[in-house]
Amino acid sequence: MRNYNLNHLEQLEAEAIFVLRETAAQFEHPGLLFSGGKDSIIMAYLAAKAFAPAKIPFPFVHVDTGHNFHETIAFRDKFVEEYGVNLVVGLVQDSIDRGTATEETGPNASRNALQSVTLLETIDRENFDACLGGGRRDEEKARAKERFFSHRDSFGQWDPKNQRPELWNLFNGGKGQGENFRIFPLSNWTEMDVWQYAKIEEIELPSLYFAHERDVLERNGSLLAITDFVSANENEEVRKETVRFRTIGDATCTGAVISNASNLDEVIAEVSASRITERGSRADDKRSEAAMEDRKKQGYF
Amino acid sequence: MSTEKDYINMDMLRFTTAGSVDDGKSTLIGRLFHDTKSIFEDQLEAIEQSSKKRGDENINLALLTDGLRAEREQGITIDVAYRYFATPKRKFIIADTPGHIQYTRNMVTGASTANLALILVDARNGVVEQTRRHSFIADLLGIKHIAVCINKMDLVNYEEDAYEKVLRQFSEFASRLENVSELTFIPLSALKGDNVVERSDNMPWYKGAPLLYHLENVYVGSDANHVDARFPVQWVIRPHSDRHHDFRGFAGRVAGGVFKLGDEITALPSGFTTKISKIMLGEKEIEEAFFPQSVTIQLEDEIDISRGDMLVKPNNQPNSSQDLDARICWFSGSKKLTQGGKYLIKHTTKTAQAMISEITYKVDVNSLRKNEEDKEFNMNDIGRIKFRTSEPVFYDTYRRNRNTGSFILIDPFTHQTLAAGMLR
Repeated sequence: MRNYNLNHLEQLEAEAIFVLRETAAQFEHPGLLFSGGKDSIIMAYLAAKAFAPAKIPFPFVHVDTGHNFHETIAFRDKFVEEYGVNLVVGLVQDSIDRGTATEETGPNASRNALQSVTLLETIDRENFDACLGGGRRDEEKARAKERFFSHRDSFGQWDPKNQRPELWNLFNGGKGQGENFRIFPLSNWTEMDVWQYAKIEEIELPSLYFAHERDVLERNGSLLAITDFVSANENEEVRKETVRFRTIGDATCTGAVISNASNLDEVIAEVSASRITERGSRADDKRSEAAMEDRKKQGYF
Repeated sequence: MSTEKDYINMDMLRFTTAGSVDDGKSTLIGRLFHDTKSIFEDQLEAIEQSSKKRGDENINLALLTDGLRAEREQGITIDVAYRYFATPKRKFIIADTPGHIQYTRNMVTGASTANLALILVDARNGVVEQTRRHSFIADLLGIKHIAVCINKMDLVNYEEDAYEKVLRQFSEFASRLENVSELTFIPLSALKGDNVVERSDNMPWYKGAPLLYHLENVYVGSDANHVDARFPVQWVIRPHSDRHHDFRGFAGRVAGGVFKLGDEITALPSGFTTKISKIMLGEKEIEEAFFPQSVTIQLEDEIDISRGDMLVKPNNQPNSSQDLDARICWFSGSKKLTQGGKYLIKHTTKTAQAMISEITYKVDVNSLRKNEEDKEFNMNDIGRIKFRTSEPVFYDTYRRNRNTGSFILIDPFTHQTLAAGMLR
């Protein structure tokens, strides 16, 4: 008899597609949070698979801090065009202009935390009852407790101590007025799974993920790229390095790593030898021991 | 960690961990992670800093698993946490469940997706009441493989007696486990690393494999039901585009058995029979689909099928009934199960109404005795009920198929998940 077993990537793929279809079936106005980072690209790719040959039945949502690498935005626009989906953009700048968010000040000011405000405003404005996110449980210790279907109250808050139990593959998307869900199809994927899947499926990823030469400076142990939003202070030295990014977020807090890995095979080899987690280069997580939990409670991704 | 290309042949094992409070579960997970190089430097550094801040003497590996602020403050684990590690052979998903508060509810949740349960026993104490409870829950949730880790062997001078004692104690009640087909006993010391990743020189009398070897090699391929073809329809794909004008595909995840191109199928509840004309995974056409693949099936004839319906084989159909009998675990702390109570039932992709017609008995999870007198279900209670649904449910017994034999009950007003159930 044939051996009816799937390898780990095929199992993860089947699970993610199931979750994406449950989202379409159980909600009226879902949106797919698309940052242009690798996790959201994989999620969008899986969404295309889940509903083929029909188009993905929900819009992409980008919460834009305005502090982007230009490569990310170019990639986002090309991707959206290719998949023929609608793109909804929520601008952090708009929230600041409206006075609903206040820009941080000081040497390490970042718009990262402000994204929560803009995200909640966008959910409200567009009337989304569910937002698909590319979050993975292996990313961070607070995320390890996250559900596939994660309930949010009418303030967008996550209550980690009072989550719905999630059994088998029976996902309960029931909700009251004004409440909504965050849904994470990639919950069980690790960083390595994402790279391996990208390799096997030949998924194109932004050039930032591969080694390139760039002007960087060192700040609080992270290597930050010199962009329109990051410039050297008096005592900081700008130098040219061959780097790549393991995660892509706001340009003000996404650290680069020194690397020569210029294709997926080399990246996979590098990640498997790495002794530092991918978020180890994220300044936003280093603010306190429970930085992620606190942001998530306030409505972060 | 896997290296280049090996990952094509990696499979996956999901397991759940259970132990009493001081059995050393966190230490064992910490040891597995540490010895398979799955703890990263920045994680270790963060734990070291936190341990110092808390005034712990040694690095507290439990901090790796306790992610929430309240857990760190109170030194307890609140919820099921999922953890990941990989060797070149397998990717592992651990459903790590806390040892004390809301114990049953969390272990039931963790066990529902696991193939194997890892049950910890303190070598000094042997099998205790909790060990029986953990085994009972693992068995109730249909787990076929139990690995009993007899931990802290270093504290009993690595003597075979302690191991033999647990073996004897376990066999006294193992005959009452209905689903477990493989019981493995591994003497180890999580603290010292004996028989976790490397074979221990301290226990030459033990001829079996160390824990990691067992986890890497235990065969779970035959646990899934590849006989009874079941395809609960999740979503109907209709592109409405010029290129795919007449396309109508049924999206879903195979819940059991195998569907092949050209197979005759019957759609439930309509009962119409037709043939499979195409099976697709994304844009790719494939010859057959099996559990747990997510695919899209196209049929030769146009019949009315929607979400909640099920595609099966004409000569192998599931039970179909509105009167159901099940074992349940009650989850809610604020609502009690009542006879005559109305709830929503979610079973495969179907949601219907359910009314409780009989509360048959409760099980005392400590003595494993049935109690037909006390029928008040509170949080963490396990027992048996009968109920009637607003429409027929197509199901197999949970024992035969976990996917078509499981359900949850939902509060129609608060939308909370109230209970998990296994059909008989």
